[in-house]
Amino acid sequence: MDIMLSDEQRLLKESVERFIAGEYGFEQRKSWVEGGAGYSPENWATFAELGWLALPLPEDHGGLGGTLGDVAVLMEGFGRGLVVEPYLATVLLGAQIIADAGTDAQKVDILPRVAEGQMKLAFAHTERQSRYDLTDVKTEAKAGSGGFTLNGQKSIVFGAPDADLLVVSARTDGGQRSAEGLSLFCVAPDAAGLTVRAYGTQDDHRAADLTLENVEVDASALIGSAGEAFPTISKTVQRAMIALGAEAVGAMDVLNELTFEYLKTRKQFGAPIGAFQSLQHRAAEMLMAHKLSRAMVFRMAKASADDEALAQAASATKVQIGQAGKFVGQQAIQLHGGIGMTHEYAAGHYFKRLTMIDALFGTTDHHLSSYATSSFISS
Amino acid sequence: MMMELSADESAFRDAVRVFVAGNLPAALRQKVERAQHLGREDFLAWHKILHAKGWIAPGWPVEHGGTGWSPMQRHIFDDELATACAPQIMPFGLSMVGPVIMNFGNDAQKAHYLPRILSGEDWWCQGYSEPGAGSDLASLKTKAVRDGDHYVVDGAKTWTTYAQFADMMFCLVRTSSEGKRQEGISFLLMDMKSDGITVKPIRTMDGGQEINEVFLDNVRVPAENLIGEEGKGWTYAKFLLGYERTGMATIGRSRRQLKEVRKIAASEPLGEGTLSDDPKFREKAAAIEIDLLALESLVLQVLAEQSAGANPGPESSFLKIKGTEIQQALSELLLEAVGNYAHPFVPEALEHGWNEEPIGPAYAAAAAPHYFNYRKTSIYGGTNEIQKNIVAKMILGL
Repeated sequence: MDIMLSDEQRLLKESVERFIAGEYGFEQRKSWVEGGAGYSPENWATFAELGWLALPLPEDHGGLGGTLGDVAVLMEGFGRGLVVEPYLATVLLGAQIIADAGTDAQKVDILPRVAEGQMKLAFAHTERQSRYDLTDVKTEAKAGSGGFTLNGQKSIVFGAPDADLLVVSARTDGGQRSAEGLSLFCVAPDAAGLTVRAYGTQDDHRAADLTLENVEVDASALIGSAGEAFPTISKTVQRAMIALGAEAVGAMDVLNELTFEYLKTRKQFGAPIGAFQSLQHRAAEMLMAHKLSRAMVFRMAKASADDEALAQAASATKVQIGQAGKFVGQQAIQLHGGIGMTHEYAAGHYFKRLTMIDALFGTTDHHLSSYATSSFISS
Repeated sequence: MMMELSADESAFRDAVRVFVAGNLPAALRQKVERAQHLGREDFLAWHKILHAKGWIAPGWPVEHGGTGWSPMQRHIFDDELATACAPQIMPFGLSMVGPVIMNFGNDAQKAHYLPRILSGEDWWCQGYSEPGAGSDLASLKTKAVRDGDHYVVDGAKTWTTYAQFADMMFCLVRTSSEGKRQEGISFLLMDMKSDGITVKPIRTMDGGQEINEVFLDNVRVPAENLIGEEGKGWTYAKFLLGYERTGMATIGRSRRQLKEVRKIAASEPLGEGTLSDDPKFREKAAAIEIDLLALESLVLQVLAEQSAGANPGPESSFLKIKGTEIQQALSELLLEAVGNYAHPFVPEALEHGWNEEPIGPAYAAAAAPHYFNYRKTSIYGGTNEIQKNIVAKMILGL
């Protein structure tokens, strides 16, 4: 029994683990990844049926009103299966932004459709120059008669190739790195002037770079109030970082299971290689990295009330996950030897996901530096 | 970052804080703050204050004198005491032999020893390691031979922390050399005033004197001092290892030390500013703080599992390994922080009542000795390598 979870969360955990173990086999996943959408639309429908798409969305708009702790349970399960469906892009980023800052009309229009699996979203924010600075936005939105005109470029927009609606950040005011003057817009993927350059990622997800050239949107496309989007953006991304931490914890757990099993069965020099002390100690350290990470992520998912606490919790989680994920990932490959290098074997795929999680929303070093600044202020 | 507390937990924390503020003698607090050496009377003074309040054994069952606190309350209590610079509560009686007596001792042993552990009347020390038996503890040679209603004990124990203060020693002794090595070991309680016991201090490289050799020369120990059954000592010792490991993480003490290091950094000049403006230093401190947060999260999890009756798994080893890694990293950062004034070695400055003008800043005197001394943490209580062996056995079963 997992003492850190509520009864409801335990049921959710069982449900997602049952799904992953029964329906999300490594070979099946391979066929989905290589297929047209890059994931399984049938799975997406199942997610809707099981209430997973509705989980963190507000109850007034077809959601279940779940907490970040609930999301962490689901994401841990997704990490175990290396789930490629665009959950992060649609539910944790796009829909969260609408739920947090959208107008009533947007919420009524978008959120129930997301919950039912009828609509997928993507959040276009990062730009070529911004690296991990969430305030750094050059894309401009100029107010005109009855709407806005958007110009600029967006990078690594996860889920964009298959999204039904893009949530795009742009500057209506302020300098390039100002937290003031940022706005968010709903943009149709087939809008005139929008170019979507789609690609696959190292870890089998799909993303795109966008170019916006005089893209016209109605005034009703503005999400919330003009110029006041930054708190929504940072809060959404920080919550997503903790959820991503849970996914990494699930991936680490499976990678450890694979590795420990291999140490018990692979024989060299007439003994299972797990009989060698240097490998035994490595295994113990890998398990320690996972246990510490899991305790940290689930605690942070529960905490994080005010903005300052959330920012610190998210950075601390990202550092912990980044370091632990790198250690577990690299050692899993090393301990497997040659077989760990192959495309056929699962370990490499978990390693790649853990590696890419570190590069998403800011690396370990980036967040260590943010944390170092804020922790000196608060201590 | 701080812990998230409920209203009840905040009230509890406030109550502990008020009590400690009103009852911890200033002289004691100051000694701990300056990392000066504490004597027997220092430790006992604080022990007795907590005992009088009924707070000396939060980890014990209520019927034996425990507090009945929740795991979170116990964690808050430890944290408050450490933050307030209270002397460490010695674990040898309360966390080590106490629970063994509670679980495996007979009624007479419980009635005699447990109240004396609570009151501080008996100071206990641990007779495990021997000159030839460290990490390979089961190779211990100290022999106990039954002679009527006594055991006659011959051998030597070493690395015995605070044996010089101790009234009693719990000891692993060999009562048989037949069969498996572990099966010939028994758990014996000895009065340190017995004839034939000689305590010889071992000075450590930091200049301190915490550890000792204990020579046992034809020591006659009443047979009634045997815990449980002859030959079952290894089982009791293993039980002890799994008990109360959350204390090994020393979250509160490490958090206080981190705060202290940051305070020092803010007063150490560097260029136009101070050391705390140095991004590299700040990141080192932040990295330790994040490690500490992760460890604290694991402690909270283990405490919750313990109170739900779960057996300790590999987590107890992880608390020891990570807790000591953090302690060592902090001692290293403190050494770096004091810079040039790490050099002067003035042993008297580490003794209480030293009133001379310090050489350099007062906080610098203990920095290097503390760093040297804390290398012990990854060695004692089962080296960190032994902890990894234990974990590997659990997960690989090889």
